[in-house]
Amino acid sequence: MRRFFLVIVALAAVLAAAGWFLSAPARLPADATAGLEGDPGRGERIFLAGGCASCHAPEDAEGEERRVLAGGHRLDSEFGTFVAPNISPDPEHGIGGWTLAQFADAMMRGVSPDGRHYYPAFPYTSYAKMEMQDVADLWAFLQTLPAADVESAAHDVSFPYNLRRGIGIWKRLYVDDAFVMTHAGTAQLERGRYLVEALAHCAECHTPRDRFGGLDPERWMEGAPNPSGEGRIPAITHDALGWSASDIAWYLESGFTPDYDSAGGSMADVITNLAQLEAADREAIAAYLLALN
Amino acid sequence: MMLKAKTVTVAAALALVAPAAMAQDDFAAQLQARKGQFRIMALNLGVLGGMAQGKIDYDAERAQTAADNLVAVTSIEQSLHWPEGSDSFSIDGTRAKPAIWDNMDDFQSKWEDVHAAAMEMQAAASDGREAVGAALQNVGGACKACHDEYREPES
Ligand code: HEC
Ligand code: HEC
Ligand code: HEC
Repeated sequence: MRRFFLVIVALAAVLAAAGWFLSAPARLPADATAGLEGDPGRGERIFLAGGCASCHAPEDAEGEERRVLAGGHRLDSEFGTFVAPNISPDPEHGIGGWTLAQFADAMMRGVSPDGRHYYPAFPYTSYAKMEMQDVADLWAFLQTLPAADVESAAHDVSFPYNLRRGIGIWKRLYVDDAFVMTHAGTAQLERGRYLVEALAHCAECHTPRDRFGGLDPERWMEGAPNPSGEGRIPAITHDALGWSASDIAWYLESGFTPDYDSAGGSMADVITNLAQLEAADREAIAAYLLALN
Repeated sequence: MMLKAKTVTVAAALALVAPAAMAQDDFAAQLQARKGQFRIMALNLGVLGGMAQGKIDYDAERAQTAADNLVAVTSIEQSLHWPEGSDSFSIDGTRAKPAIWDNMDDFQSKWEDVHAAAMEMQAAASDGREAVGAALQNVGGACKACHDEYREPES
């Protein structure tokens, strides 16, 4: 009996150690950003495609206000409510004191400078697929934005989801830098895949999640419950949509559907961002959606 | 005996509930009216948008008619279309968010914005395809700004 008890205790200790090990933050290799110079002009495009302002600009910000990344946007989920933090260049309240390497760890590995895991409400599961040069360009662009002297608000998340360490195990399951569309046959499709899957994180809203909150690649872009309110986020696969490439590109530019309804909800901000990209980028996104069956 | 008492109780309860249930308004008329006005706008924008996109040939007269219609619809005073309780949490068949009634002033001002954009379109409609395209951006922005905050996605 005593033996049995000891075995159980030993096993529990091994499991706990394994769990601790498995949940440890994994940073990028130390030299991942070595020698990279960022170009702020190119970085603006990454900023727009990546939709940073949709979450990090204050709620209801319009026009130039969307470039003051003081945080405050609230994101509802079944695990609680997350509040996007201040990522302006303010050295105290924002991320002005960071290095490029620290920024890259946050964007691509979801790890903070002091080694904590970020919640995947910050869509690093998508940004993990970014190219390192684009991360450097984005970083250079973010430095050019106004500093905001506002403290980040706390998330409203309850036990056990408030234990960040557990996110480490989740990340092992769900953070993957491989593309879901495994074959992109043309340069345009490849560009579309990069925009959709890495930068614009369309799947974060349009793909349903499994019960642990991970995106289900088997139901890629097939529509999902609306996390904040009534209604559903629509499916945007080729068949479900039934739109032409120019219909999709026009929607992403103007907000108008083929029957001249106008986009709303969280898609409205996505369009405000994408409308500022070059037409070729919207056409590439359209090509990607048409290639989804 | 037992059963009968129960039936009587249920019947009495129903009698109490029924008038209340009947009094509850489904706002069918208001929903039809407000959706109808949006459909008229969509139809007329389709003409202007089709021309801006180059899908249909530009025709100054048709463009002007469509723009005039937009101005007419956006001139309609809205208060009768949006009675308290006709939101998506209270009734079926609507995508109007409860937030409208928490921010009625802002909602009304977004309606005035779309009216102002329609007036710009009215002034530009006869000036050619490019002018229509430029004015369309502001109209689209005004539609999107309201749907962004006050309309749920379709269910
Ligand atoms: C869908 C909403 C959303 C989008 C889009 C988004 N973020 Fe965030 N971001 C968050 C949330 C929420 C957090 C906080 C995560 C946490 O505390 O675990 C966060 C955290 C961060 C942090 C860490 C800040 C700190 O103080 O530790 C950085 C850096 C960041 N985001 C940069 C970006 C950039 C750059 C983009 C655009 C490419 C972006 N984010 C897009 C929601 C978002
Ligand atoms: C002031 C706010 C506001 C503005 C401005 C606005 N809408 Fe809407 N729109 C709504 C709301 C709210 C609904 C949902 C109505 C409902 O379901 O009861 C809606 C619904 C619609 C619908 C769907 C109607 C239906 O049959 O269900 C269409 C189409 C539409 N709007 C088009 C437009 C277009 C085009 C514009 C710009 C010209 C526009 N809207 C401007 C608030 C607005
Ligand atoms: C923040 C969440 C979010 C993100 C990110 C997002 N969408 Fe959407 N999308 C929505 C919502 C909500 C709607 C419904 C819009 C409405 O109610 O008018 C929508 C609607 C659409 C529609 C119209 C579908 C229809 O049947 O009317 C298309 C097309 C679309 N999205 C494509 C995209 C693409 C492409 C991306 C990435 C570039 C993307 N979305 C990113 C939330 C999102």
